[in-house]
Amino acid sequence: MSELTKLTIAEALSGLETKKFSAKELTAAYIHKMDENRRFNAYVSETPEIALKAAEAADKNYAAGTARTLEGIPLGIKDLFCTKGVRTTACSRIIDNFVPPYESTVTERLFAAGAICLGKLNMDEFAMGGSNENSCFGPVINPWSKDVPLVPGGSSGGSAAAVCAEMCAAATGTDTGGSIRQPAAFCGIVGVKPTYGRCSRYGIMAFASSLDQAGPMGKDVRDCALLLKVMAGHDVKDSTSAFKEVPDFEKVLGQDIKGLKIGIPAEYRPEGLNKEVAEAWDKATAMLKARGAEIVNISLPHTKYALPVYYIIAPAEASSNLARYDGIRYGNRVDGAHVDDVYVNTRTQGFGKEVKRRIMIGTYVLSAGYYDAYYVKAQKVRRLIQNDFNEAFKHCDVILTPTSPTTAFPIGDKAMMENPLNMYLNDVFTVSVNLAGLPAMSLPIGLASNGLPLGMQLISRAFDEETMFKAAFALEQDAGFKRK
Amino acid sequence: MAEYVIETPKGKWEIVCGLEIHCQIISKSKIFSGASTEFGDDANENVSFVDAGMPGMLPVLNKECVRQAVKTGLGLNAKINKYSVFSRKNYFYPDTPQNYQITQFEYPLVGEGEIFVDLKDGSTRRIGIERIHIEQDAAKSIHDLNPKKSYIDLNRAGVGLMEIVTKPDFCSPEEVGEFLKKLRSIVRYLGTCDGNMDEGSMRCDASISVRPLGSKELRPRTEVKNVNSVKFAMQAVEFEAKRQIALYEAGETMQQQTRHFNQTDGSTTFLRLKEFSDDYRYFPEPDLPPLVLDDAFIDDIKKEMVELPDAKKARFVKDMGLTAYDASVLCENKETADFFEKAAKGHDAKKVANWMMGDFFAMLNAKRLPLEKSPVTPEMLGQLVDLITSNVINGKTAKDVFAIMAETGENPEKIVEEKGWKQVTDTGAIESLIDKILAANPDNVAAYKAGKVNLMGWFVGQVMKESKGTANPGMVNQILQQKLG
Amino acid sequence: MAINNDTVKKIASLAKLKIEEDRLDVTRDEFNKIMDWIAQLNEVNTDGAEPLVSVNAQQLVCREDVVTDGNMKAEILANAPASEFGYFSVPKVVE
Repeated sequence: MSELTKLTIAEALSGLETKKFSAKELTAAYIHKMDENRRFNAYVSETPEIALKAAEAADKNYAAGTARTLEGIPLGIKDLFCTKGVRTTACSRIIDNFVPPYESTVTERLFAAGAICLGKLNMDEFAMGGSNENSCFGPVINPWSKDVPLVPGGSSGGSAAAVCAEMCAAATGTDTGGSIRQPAAFCGIVGVKPTYGRCSRYGIMAFASSLDQAGPMGKDVRDCALLLKVMAGHDVKDSTSAFKEVPDFEKVLGQDIKGLKIGIPAEYRPEGLNKEVAEAWDKATAMLKARGAEIVNISLPHTKYALPVYYIIAPAEASSNLARYDGIRYGNRVDGAHVDDVYVNTRTQGFGKEVKRRIMIGTYVLSAGYYDAYYVKAQKVRRLIQNDFNEAFKHCDVILTPTSPTTAFPIGDKAMMENPLNMYLNDVFTVSVNLAGLPAMSLPIGLASNGLPLGMQLISRAFDEETMFKAAFALEQDAGFKRK
Repeated sequence: MAEYVIETPKGKWEIVCGLEIHCQIISKSKIFSGASTEFGDDANENVSFVDAGMPGMLPVLNKECVRQAVKTGLGLNAKINKYSVFSRKNYFYPDTPQNYQITQFEYPLVGEGEIFVDLKDGSTRRIGIERIHIEQDAAKSIHDLNPKKSYIDLNRAGVGLMEIVTKPDFCSPEEVGEFLKKLRSIVRYLGTCDGNMDEGSMRCDASISVRPLGSKELRPRTEVKNVNSVKFAMQAVEFEAKRQIALYEAGETMQQQTRHFNQTDGSTTFLRLKEFSDDYRYFPEPDLPPLVLDDAFIDDIKKEMVELPDAKKARFVKDMGLTAYDASVLCENKETADFFEKAAKGHDAKKVANWMMGDFFAMLNAKRLPLEKSPVTPEMLGQLVDLITSNVINGKTAKDVFAIMAETGENPEKIVEEKGWKQVTDTGAIESLIDKILAANPDNVAAYKAGKVNLMGWFVGQVMKESKGTANPGMVNQILQQKLG
Repeated sequence: MAINNDTVKKIASLAKLKIEEDRLDVTRDEFNKIMDWIAQLNEVNTDGAEPLVSVNAQQLVCREDVVTDGNMKAEILANAPASEFGYFSVPKVVE
């Protein structure tokens, strides 16, 4: 039965359809894996009863011939998505008892399509972090770890680890600066950050509203395509969600990429780029070329400024978005004599170190006298970064880069702990995409000499995820990466 | 224009004042959520997850709030900005569930406009409008249920507000008072805000400073909160001006500050210094793209514009012959003006106006009835005036008829008919009445003829009495004059 | 533009966070390190660049004025740390 958890969603759906196994068996297999792999600390809330009940319903639908798109597929949900009646915490002590009376649009769509919720996945507190070490429930361990426990990446570290360790068929993630792609790369799975506006943000606890996007994290490209089709689409409850028709992403998989123009940005190969990362990138480029794709050298000149821009805009928005966690209407209150003491006590004790650091930066860059120098300046550079991509996409259809400058690093890494900037630099290849609102995905390309997975990133034009999926699928075929 | 000068033994001062008025927008649902705006329901009933600032909740703009603000802008002859942007104003307060308010900052929906106010001395002042922006209202805290706790009711949180900011154009308490009345009248005409200051649906903050008369300097100002009636606003301006003058004359200085208005004694008390609390960290609301209006949207609203008090007043004076004063009283609210127009249609407008402002308003006051509950309809009032102008009844009888109309709601013609109060205008009938009186009083006839002409009044009285008040007094007078020669 | 301890305190107070006295210096230094790194943006010539406010800009679409929400006091208050008589309750607010 443990073989069931190896199946991709596409394979599982076909097995369920042909009654090779039941949804209940599939779900039970994943629940078994969750028990077995609890040491990875991927889940922060497990909902096996809900899952099994839903699986029974799924089996009825299969029996009745009324099965829906994702009928009976067990998913893990990042703990940033509000799930009605199921505790949702953003892995923050400040709301670690919050039970939403509502459902996020993305999870609602997944469950309405028959997907099953196995539980809520660990993450960096409020999605701030690149290692999943900033969780009030403790760090997640990368299933690829050997002697030394490694980080799974972050912030969607629980999602990546759970998919990797077959503790769910796939998971939801959110990506503000790389939070889907980097952990996907670290754990050797596929992660997609859709175009900004593709998926509704309704019911997802906001980190940085102008950057946040939900996306799928799965075992392969096809599973992500299947999931995104269900997750995406306009939502009247989110004024930034786009009025774009959602294409059938799966349809483009396997299409010929001959003549497709692949952009290789010079700025992503700085001096001192890890040699193995550079080699993997070259290898991926060669694979696409071998399939008849045209390789185009492009320039994204403002790349090096993306990180500082990000570390103004994201904290600024976060400082405002996280103001609501004050111990008055929900969450944990730490009492005080006056309301102001309640605020200060609740927030000082409730938020973790990194969250407080970013709230401070965000408050500072918006404060009187600094707004123009920081926030407006950052928005202007953000415009230049977007212009860079617009210009580049005149010459290519999809951009290929590494996802992350390194493979997974050890939990408690000294350099990262001592200097937050070192941690921030992990996002160097991923943040530009969020600033420009573009779709991007990471897929595993191979293993580095340390035995850890390396990820490649594909970026396409806004609302052109299809081209990205097409190229990714080709690359996936050629890379022949063996999942953990 | 009359100058408003505050004179002390030490010098002459003038006031510089501007207002910020928060008007609750009339709409069924809140500005960013689908919860009801109904006032007076149980605590926390009209609250959505958006209004409660729950995690992951997002605002969705109510079109009606935009329409209402644009309409108000058009009513104030203001520039409508086709591009406007929502911003977040960040501050922690239990009345603000998100701990930021969604408002507009750099790019408001409505730009510069104006309001004309009429002053007692007959002059008119133009008050400039700086801008109107739309934003969400705060919740309400209840402080008097428990000595140690405050309670929060989110029903009002997220109701749409228009913040109307004026230029610092006010020089006197009177101007402030008349402005508020005029603004209230305009928003009520437009149906964009109910203008009830006592219920808090229109709230006013005043920025006040003083300077030596004739000087152009701008001294630090105080922002006085909570001046929620026309009277209070006038009191606050006067109190603040005098307080500041006293400070300056005592050689002291003043820092920009926020003060609270005390309704009990009309004074103001210190709340906080401006610089200390005012770092609101505004930035564009990332949850809402910029609001872009097209011409068709604005044109549709223009088509719905009603005649506003100034235009109506001018028309009443020009076309209906009313005095400026009568016209402005009748135009203060739209219902009164509409009632008047209906009553005056086809009748003597000036007489209708007199009746409305006299017996009619007195009757409503006495009965404590709002206009729409009046037992006397506009049509009836018009008929009553007609009965007078066509000499069917005289003025005195008309008052009696009106009293019955007010009690019974009956038609004046019917009342006159039933009571037999129709005026006698038949010359023959009046002559025979007069002859009867003259014959019965030969002594007084003789006295009159001997020169006691003031007996005329007595004769008229006797004839009217004999006719039970139905004789036309003018005709009685005329025929008596002839008969007594 | 080095940030001093007073600024750190002021920012913390705006953000309703408390920084213990013995953590002030460390926080300040870390803050300065990050802001110095961010300052590299000053190298970028942004003349004529329109600030990017809303990515993939689309028209704001409004809802119609219909009451579709509310009347769920129990759900609104369900997660409240303290509530009484149907209100959220907090220590006395005095301005």
